[in-house]
Amino acid sequence: MLLIDCPYCGKRPEIEFSYGGEAHIARPADPSALSDEEWATFLYVRTNPKGIHAERWRHSNGCGRFFNAVRDTVSDFFVTTYKSGEPRPDAKVGA
Amino acid sequence: MQTYSALSLLRRAFGGHSSWQPHWRTPEPKPEYDAVIVGAGGHGLGTAYYLAKEHGMRNIAVIERGWLGGGNTGRNTTIIRSNYLFDESAGLYEHSVKLWESLSRELNYNVMYSPRGVMMLAHTIHDIQVFKRHVHANRANGVDNEWLTAEQAKEFCPPLNISPTLRYPVLGAALQRRGGTARHDAVAWGFARGADAMGVDIIQNCEVTGIRRAPNGAVTGVDTSRGFIGAKKVGVVAAGHTSVVMAMAGLRLPLESFPLQALVSEPVKPAFPCVVMSNTVHAYISQSDKGELVIGAGTDAYVSYSQRGGLHIPAHTLDAICELFPMFRRMRMLRNWGGIVDTTPDRSPIIAKTPVPGLYVNCGWGTGGFKATPGSAHVFAHTIARDEPHPINAPFTIERFRDGVMIDEAAAAAVAH
Repeated sequence: MLLIDCPYCGKRPEIEFSYGGEAHIARPADPSALSDEEWATFLYVRTNPKGIHAERWRHSNGCGRFFNAVRDTVSDFFVTTYKSGEPRPDAKVGA
Repeated sequence: MQTYSALSLLRRAFGGHSSWQPHWRTPEPKPEYDAVIVGAGGHGLGTAYYLAKEHGMRNIAVIERGWLGGGNTGRNTTIIRSNYLFDESAGLYEHSVKLWESLSRELNYNVMYSPRGVMMLAHTIHDIQVFKRHVHANRANGVDNEWLTAEQAKEFCPPLNISPTLRYPVLGAALQRRGGTARHDAVAWGFARGADAMGVDIIQNCEVTGIRRAPNGAVTGVDTSRGFIGAKKVGVVAAGHTSVVMAMAGLRLPLESFPLQALVSEPVKPAFPCVVMSNTVHAYISQSDKGELVIGAGTDAYVSYSQRGGLHIPAHTLDAICELFPMFRRMRMLRNWGGIVDTTPDRSPIIAKTPVPGLYVNCGWGTGGFKATPGSAHVFAHTIARDEPHPINAPFTIERFRDGVMIDEAAAAAVAH
């Protein structure tokens, strides 16, 4: 089981958290201006990288707050976690 | 190709079984092929087989990063069924089951297809309604599926606990008798042997590192760890790594890759006659011919390529197994592993042309691709050879997400995702 470092509560076991998908996908400011292609991309297309991935987690059985994490999807190693709204930190594999 | 028969077995037995040849060659890659398939799992090898067999394309190669059948083909729980709700899915999976029924003869290779019945348990009123809807929809589509009471379910599968005091009591079940299992490795080996015999080059330990394109955008070949291999057509059948391979052509797909875990017990005498699945308590189980109980757990929640996951996922499944089948409570589990499954938002596959001319993709099988192996390969070969989809896979496009014509088995599938 993974240990996840909630920015508010500290390290807790994975089962206290819910996964929230890829991070930093902003909802378009003016959805009706988008083409169908662009809207489908926003809704469904994901980077799905083999390596460093910025993703959302929610400490659903803890403080209940959303935050972001950077994780290596090859090793599942958490590089860092940070609060929602903060910019994505630079991170490299093995960092 | 050496063919198998009772006579050939007997004859070679007298020779001490010393005259058997390898199933397939280990060829060096040629500079160019008419078509290259990326990924030598069941779907990819099957695609090559049907391209050669039905479309006369013999100058083709299957390129594999590891060894053939070493990915999800060798990691799944081998369940075969076609009792999907929607017409499009029923068409695709039923096409596959029909091919399963004659596959051993077709390949002259025993894939050990065993239609022992797949039974899906209903534990709530909602389950009953959903499964009865499945039964009726399936029968309207010519797919066998029938409703059983709890007592009939127990009769079909005696180890089942139908006590009303269970936390989630068994209220009934839907049974597809033609569903069952097959030997997953044999499927890969059989297709590989058949394709190789028709001249298909199967190139293992050869990782695709790039997809080259002409100035007009069309595919010209693939860069690999063993050099450039030219190809007019490239079919990507890379399962969990599809996003990685397609990114080489600059394409992003509606896919996410998750670990899916499974486990097997110590081998015991035949004790379990069929496949039982439970969506609500999330367990599925069958017994292999070796005697191991084969148990499928769920996916981990997060994107990963690690081929492993959290122990709480299989533990949760074992809770359900022990409640439904009390006689297994003291069984010991021997092995637990993960495979990386590529899932689409609607949990239906993509078998389609891509915006890049000459590039085709067969992906998104999520947690249930094994059952579709021959059908998927058959229609994908058609798509590559004719540059247009077979009527069966025509709805399974990438564009369905843009156009809102999804095949939403995510909510309708008989197993929890």
